[in-house]
Amino acid sequence: MNDRIPGFGTLAVHAGAQPDPTTGARATPIYQTTSFVFNDADHAASLFGLQSFGNIYTRITNPTTAVLEERVAALEGGTAALAVASGHAAQLVVFQQLLQPGDEFIASRKLYGGSINQFSHAFKSFGWNVVWADPDDIPSFERAVTAKTKAIFIESIANPAGSITDIEAVAAVARKAGVPLIVDNTLATPYLIKPIDHGADIVVHSLTKFLGGHGNSLGGIIVDAGTFDWSKDNKYPVLSEPRPEYHGIKLQETFGNFAFAIACRVLGLRDLGPALSPFNAFLIQTGIETLPLRMQKHSDNAKAIAEWLSAHPKVAAVNYSGLSDNRYHTLARKYAPKGAGAVFTFSLKGGYDAGVSLVSNLKLFSHLANVGDTRSLVIHPASTTHSQLDDDAKTRSGAGPDVVRLSVGIEDKEDLIADLEQALNA
Amino acid sequence: MSHDSYNDAYIREILNTVKTVAMVGASPQNVRPSYFVFKYLAERGYDMIPINPGQVGKSLLGKPFVTSLQEITRPIDMVDIFRSAEHVMPIVDIILTLNPLPKVVWMQLGVRHDEAAAKLEAAGIKVVMNRCPKIEYGRLSSEIQWMGVNSRTLSSKRAPIPTQGMRLSLNRSSVGGGSTTAADRVAQLNNKDKNDTA
Repeated sequence: MNDRIPGFGTLAVHAGAQPDPTTGARATPIYQTTSFVFNDADHAASLFGLQSFGNIYTRITNPTTAVLEERVAALEGGTAALAVASGHAAQLVVFQQLLQPGDEFIASRKLYGGSINQFSHAFKSFGWNVVWADPDDIPSFERAVTAKTKAIFIESIANPAGSITDIEAVAAVARKAGVPLIVDNTLATPYLIKPIDHGADIVVHSLTKFLGGHGNSLGGIIVDAGTFDWSKDNKYPVLSEPRPEYHGIKLQETFGNFAFAIACRVLGLRDLGPALSPFNAFLIQTGIETLPLRMQKHSDNAKAIAEWLSAHPKVAAVNYSGLSDNRYHTLARKYAPKGAGAVFTFSLKGGYDAGVSLVSNLKLFSHLANVGDTRSLVIHPASTTHSQLDDDAKTRSGAGPDVVRLSVGIEDKEDLIADLEQALNA
Repeated sequence: MSHDSYNDAYIREILNTVKTVAMVGASPQNVRPSYFVFKYLAERGYDMIPINPGQVGKSLLGKPFVTSLQEITRPIDMVDIFRSAEHVMPIVDIILTLNPLPKVVWMQLGVRHDEAAAKLEAAGIKVVMNRCPKIEYGRLSSEIQWMGVNSRTLSSKRAPIPTQGMRLSLNRSSVGGGSTTAADRVAQLNNKDKNDTA
């Protein structure tokens, strides 16, 4: 090809953004407006009918948010993206396009506790039935496939224990079943893992974490890989059949390989309403400009700390796939060769009480329920993020009572190790 | 040439140079893609001619419908075929009787006919298949970015404010091709499957 392909760092800074047409502003302006004036009645009608590119109302599109959307789509290698108010909203909007009441989807058991709750309870009330499978036992996905299966959902790097999912193996199951593979890539970010290169059809993120990266803004995003044929066997009528709310437009016929992202926008976001604030979009896209620098430092720090903890006499075990003796290390080297991310767990010989004591004695690490901040974070999942799961489910998802989770920040690693040392010895 | 994917330079050159575009299968119904592609291209300054034998006597956005390509008296730069693949060959046979020949034949999103393409290319006509000129124009000008679509282009120049009838600049830097690597890979596989079963 004649065209030069820019690298990840160039896309992280430039994709989606260009100097403002009106003012020439180089940074993307925050278009903090609910609505956009129409040129005339005909322009309005063609925008409402999805016939023209343009803005109507910030619940559907916004020029600041659009920069974020194109940037993440470019970094993930997708055809289009839709930003929404949170990672949970991204999942809601994705599944609403795919599932009818009574349908099923298969999800990995090793997920962020909030996703396990959303799938088990909120989705159940819509008649969307989750069937769990074990990412350490790929045939369990195959066994879970039924005629009602409409999608498979996994995390690339699973929360909380940082285990790595064999994306290509699950993608093969999804292909055979004729359903899309959805990958939550929050903990890896496209800097470490690009799920679309390994067969994902849809990627979702909590932008709140490493992409935004500064712990200041909630957000979520859906990336369409442009790889799935929605019209093949009439399993996805939302995309293949005429849409009554848009005068009979067929979305895949009209929008081709970015039809799923359009469906999420013009049906999901428009009708369910979880729009992202343009101000949050601005903060998150500014964060993404430094994603490659931050993510490398996060991962390098995490590896150093995991190694240090492994050698500490009070530590029973460290679950970090970046360590050579970890059961996921081979998968980590294949899928995340630049680093295994910054979120991992470890357990203390002193059990639950030692975990609680460690958390309360740390001075640099913050005790809170988030990951992917510039600051180092610590939490005891069993009593917080995973507290609503029963004991079996806690252990299965890697959040047993003796487990402490770290999200390693981008401070100097010597200071983080010193903080852990004083807290372990306190 | 391969029609599994196109580089941006190829598409950009076509969209930058053609002026008169005859659309076979233009629909007067404002919810059909042919209608709004016609409208979009007209708004971006292309000289559009709607072809639909069922609509003769009426006009589309002020342009009178014509029955067939042969009826058009001025030279046509590009024919945009908005018909499904099984209708393509007879249209191509008509195209090859035109004098002068059009420079480009474009088949819409979802339409691919390799045999027809080979015939056109043998006559020196450029071919684009399974793409939409509205989407490609919107992508190369970055106008489509408002919908969160990955334009696969970058620019550090001030963006134009699009107005009615204005041709937009398509000279942004391309990010390696018309579609994404993954979407191209799947298109290639799907086309291979189709040929294998045919």
